[in-house]
Amino acid sequence: MSTLTGSTAGTGDPAIATASLQQDAAVAPGFLADTWNVMVRELKPMLREPASVLFAMVQPLVFLALFAPLLPDEGLGGSALQWFVPGIIAMTALMGASMTGSNLSLEINTGSHERLLVSPLRRSSLLVGRALKEVVPMLAQAVLIVAVVTPFSFDLHPGGVLLGLAILALFSVGIGALSFALALVSAGQDWLFWTVQQTLIFPLLLLAGVLLPIDDSAPGWLRFLADLNPLGYIIEAERALFAGTVPADTVAYGALAAAGVAVLGLVVGLRTMRRSS
Amino acid sequence: MAPSVLDMTTPPHPHQAGPVIRTQALTKTFTRHKQTVEAVRGLDLEVADGELVAFLGPNGAGKSTTLRMLTTLVAPTSGTARVAGYDVVTEQRAVRRSIGYVGQGNAAGHQQRGRDEVVSQARAHGLGRAAADARADELLAAFDLADHAGRPVSTLSGGQRRRLDVAIGLVHRPRLMFLDEPSTGLDPQNRVNLQEQVQRLNRELGTTIVLTTHYLEEADAIADRVIVIDHGVVIADDSAQRLKAGLGDLVSLGFATPDDAAAAAARAARIDGSTVDLVGAHGTDVAVRVAHGRDLAADLVTELASSGTPVRRIEVASATLDDVFLNLTGRSLRETQGGTTGAADHTEGAAA
Repeated sequence: MSTLTGSTAGTGDPAIATASLQQDAAVAPGFLADTWNVMVRELKPMLREPASVLFAMVQPLVFLALFAPLLPDEGLGGSALQWFVPGIIAMTALMGASMTGSNLSLEINTGSHERLLVSPLRRSSLLVGRALKEVVPMLAQAVLIVAVVTPFSFDLHPGGVLLGLAILALFSVGIGALSFALALVSAGQDWLFWTVQQTLIFPLLLLAGVLLPIDDSAPGWLRFLADLNPLGYIIEAERALFAGTVPADTVAYGALAAAGVAVLGLVVGLRTMRRSS
Repeated sequence: MAPSVLDMTTPPHPHQAGPVIRTQALTKTFTRHKQTVEAVRGLDLEVADGELVAFLGPNGAGKSTTLRMLTTLVAPTSGTARVAGYDVVTEQRAVRRSIGYVGQGNAAGHQQRGRDEVVSQARAHGLGRAAADARADELLAAFDLADHAGRPVSTLSGGQRRRLDVAIGLVHRPRLMFLDEPSTGLDPQNRVNLQEQVQRLNRELGTTIVLTTHYLEEADAIADRVIVIDHGVVIADDSAQRLKAGLGDLVSLGFATPDDAAAAAARAARIDGSTVDLVGAHGTDVAVRVAHGRDLAADLVTELASSGTPVRRIEVASATLDDVFLNLTGRSLRETQGGTTGAADHTEGAAA
């Protein structure tokens, strides 16, 4: 076991000893630099070990392979795949972003979150950086899915897909921030985080018509609940955009729903953060 | 890199008038299960530039809560605190830029690589990309972590992780460093290494150090100044040496008969400032607590022998910080650490 002081005991290590006044050169980073720092920090473990993400990225493809063939082509306004892919990508975004907080929980438990709180990083950057981090794997996931399904009965409309992904990115940031807030509230009680996350995620997905369309044959109460679900509007917009159409009202509603979730997430996240310290 | 010699011509820190830490009536109360817990009660404290201060006290005494207020992690309920010249409530960012912090947990995320974390912290403190890289390499080499910094932090040993914590805390060369229970959970060898490192930081660079500990030996061994905290208030504040000297040495004398012991006790009671107790199962032992007992013991033994009450056994023990604590509170610090170890501090932390 090597010692802390090493063999240079008494002479002073260069790193610690050169405590001159160079720090005057350091300029206080702004909000964007702080946010970038937090986001890059969050992405680092993934970049260092890409294999760890690959497995997770294959999951939606399994879903696609095993579920899409069960869907009938008729009644969905095109091929089943064309209808199903946007929903699956939205599902991936929701699943990924809603787990933002689990990483935070881990860091609250082991102490690194506390270190970040004592660092000069802005509170808002800690939140936004973590939430933004979910956008990167979401986009990679979407590209992978689209690449895999395009040779089959899926027509690629790049413009629509890009606009659709932009809306989803906004949604991811909001969900990520909400997940962050949930992790703060349930600090020290991991079960609380997972219970709430799991309890909310499936109703949200089902009521958004990800797996089966919610059409006129659905009972009134269910349609009422679906109307309250922002994800439903987002998926409507995604399906239109992925199909190469841009119906102004549908897309506007979807974008508004995503923006609403983003604003809600950031407001709730920041308030929770201020209150928890 | 520059040669590893400390340049004594430039002062390592800007000279600043007044104390580095000053608190006035600093108070923190928590409400838990509808009960109000007064974690810190009206703390008035000054720490001067260059001091090495240990907050000593049992778990739940309020020392960690105090540290968390000084490091902006917890807002005081009332009172004020200025750290490095900045208010901990209204100038939080300035405080954070000025201090180094090593918490009870690990500074580096367990799924991260150690080097990435040092670089990220350096960037957070405003270092440019190249400067951050260079600083990370310097620190990793200084703490003997260069070979381990590319591995996930979760695979490092406890001692390696602790060194990484300290390295991260030093990224911006803070003039003031806080360490919360730094050696808890370390094996004895790593504990000593850490203590040496902390002392060198203080002695060679003049970094002001404030640490909390419930290890008596640690406070005794490294701190210039020990602040004993119990139930949220400071009950003693001095150098370990003076705290112990104030209590005096314990001279234990054994006699053949209870009569001899009683006579000796009467004689010992005439020494200025002494406290004398008849102890032992048969009343044949006398315990004398007196300042400079170590120097007085020989004369006392000679005198007792010449007056016909010869001493059969003698033992002289200097006071320990535990004796100081016992004297102040009626409880032993060692005993208070039994039972609920950790639980109290944990809730204290969770409340933050």
